Amino acid sequence: MPAPVISARNLRKTYKEFVAVDELSFEVTAGESFGLLGPNGAGKSTTMRMLGAVSERTSGDLQILGLDPNDHGPEIRSRLGVVPQADNLDSELRVRENLLVYGRYFGIPRAVVARRADELLEFAQLADRAKARVDELSGGMKRRLTIARALVNEPRILLLDEPTTGLDPQARHVLWDRLFRLKEQGTTLVLTTHYMDEAEQLCDRLVVVDKGVILAEGSPASLIREYSSREVLELRFGSDRNADAVTALAGIGDRIETLPDRVLIFAADGESALEEVSRRGIESITSLVRRSSLEDVFLRLTGRTLVE
Amino acid sequence: MTVTGTSEVDYRAEALEAGARVRRFGSWYAAEHRLRSMRAFGLTLVLLAFANPLLYLLSLGLGLASLISSDVNGVSYLTFVAPALLASAALTGAAEESTYPVLTGFKFNAVFFSMAASPLAPKQIANAVFVGTAARVVPTVVVYYGILVLFQAVPSPFSALTILSASLVGMVAAALVTWYTATVTEDKGQMAVIMRFIIMPMFLFSGTFFPLAQLPLYLQWIGWISPLWHASELGRVLSYGMAEPAWLTATHVAVLVVLLVIGWVGARRVFHRRLTA
Repeated sequence: MPAPVISARNLRKTYKEFVAVDELSFEVTAGESFGLLGPNGAGKSTTMRMLGAVSERTSGDLQILGLDPNDHGPEIRSRLGVVPQADNLDSELRVRENLLVYGRYFGIPRAVVARRADELLEFAQLADRAKARVDELSGGMKRRLTIARALVNEPRILLLDEPTTGLDPQARHVLWDRLFRLKEQGTTLVLTTHYMDEAEQLCDRLVVVDKGVILAEGSPASLIREYSSREVLELRFGSDRNADAVTALAGIGDRIETLPDRVLIFAADGESALEEVSRRGIESITSLVRRSSLEDVFLRLTGRTLVE
Repeated sequence: MTVTGTSEVDYRAEALEAGARVRRFGSWYAAEHRLRSMRAFGLTLVLLAFANPLLYLLSLGLGLASLISSDVNGVSYLTFVAPALLASAALTGAAEESTYPVLTGFKFNAVFFSMAASPLAPKQIANAVFVGTAARVVPTVVVYYGILVLFQAVPSPFSALTILSASLVGMVAAALVTWYTATVTEDKGQMAVIMRFIIMPMFLFSGTFFPLAQLPLYLQWIGWISPLWHASELGRVLSYGMAEPAWLTATHVAVLVVLLVIGWVGARRVFHRRLTA
């Protein structure tokens, strides 16, 4: 197994009384695509800022590319690409200029930056917008420009904090496609997300984080195997009847979760669970059998849904 | 040697090499960005640089000076007022450059945070702001001085030394105002307060238009603590050899240098604190 490019042990960050990140331990190997999955406020962004060698840890050990960020911040950052949660492009400059100035922060020679800027604009499908003002770009385009900017130093590790939050479905798919290409080229990706589908699409391995603590770790498939059933039967009875229905449903499937708007029955075979429901004469307004997802894993681990 | 070991060493070595370059030259790399941003306002800045002195000199030089027939300090009124005007222009320009452009970097487009995610260190980002301000202030002062020459407001070629004293007070303003602006997290109009209630009164009460001694004692203190008064007096010594004790001239230089260092160190600290939280 290749050496880890990121190694965190008992990583902790507190702001006065508030514990943002509590003793996180994980490793990321070169070429891997690693995700931090959790709801808003779980400590993902704080963790990312520590991985980005920007925010200093309160305690614990952290090695990035074999270096300690407390001593070698500039060295580590020179080999990272960072896509922050909120775009911080320079709106006073044009699209291509944003790449040019950013490349110079790394001391990359002007001619090299100029060549890479053109390549990256192609990659980000923004070549025809090179001279546009940043404010004229759509949300998805700004995101792609921010990713292009993060790649200008040909980073070893790309850190993405909520890369598709706030984008429409089509823009998200375009972005996923670009990120998947980077992954294929061997770039190590570390991303945070509170979208399950995103984690399933992009992550080889992920940790589920809540309130600054890791609840579970594994590949999306193994987490689903371990913490959920193969399939889920969703039943809706109308908001005031969901709770009552649960009594009648007892014993069907492996486990039942009651949510405000629906009842989830976790079962290896959703169809036969549904047959059992109708055999008992229980009538639901709608029923749906689907594959289990990371959303269900999160619900199992925390008793809460991810996007509230 | 295993493949595992090699890859780790390579990443490390590569990072160490790339980082060393930025540790040395990062302030200049970041300054390139400030200069490019300024280019967008280039025409406005050039117009300001020419229009501002022209307006003052037409009004004061042709208007007010014609009323004041007696010499001030043993020189014509225009000669008296010229070094102070030069210093005020540097001060005002530098203060402006250190309000919204700095607030923007922290807040409106948060560009300082994107810089901080790159290998640049926060103190280098602060340095870059000062380099950018100097790149605006020094040419402004030089243009202003050229116009003073045209209006015959400077008596000798040595008067050109006032370019130095004026630029110095500009950088003092840049350092102190940047320090303050960097601490602002919410824009509640503090920038306007700085310009109207600190920079403007300083302009009026720093012996710019008349010797400070004309003011009653209870207002003179404003001049003594004002970097603008020290820069104007220093400028007068350099421009027309205004007579004053050597210790006082040394004090002008010392006050300006000390304020510059205080502001610079303070600003770099706040940049560090805010960008590494």
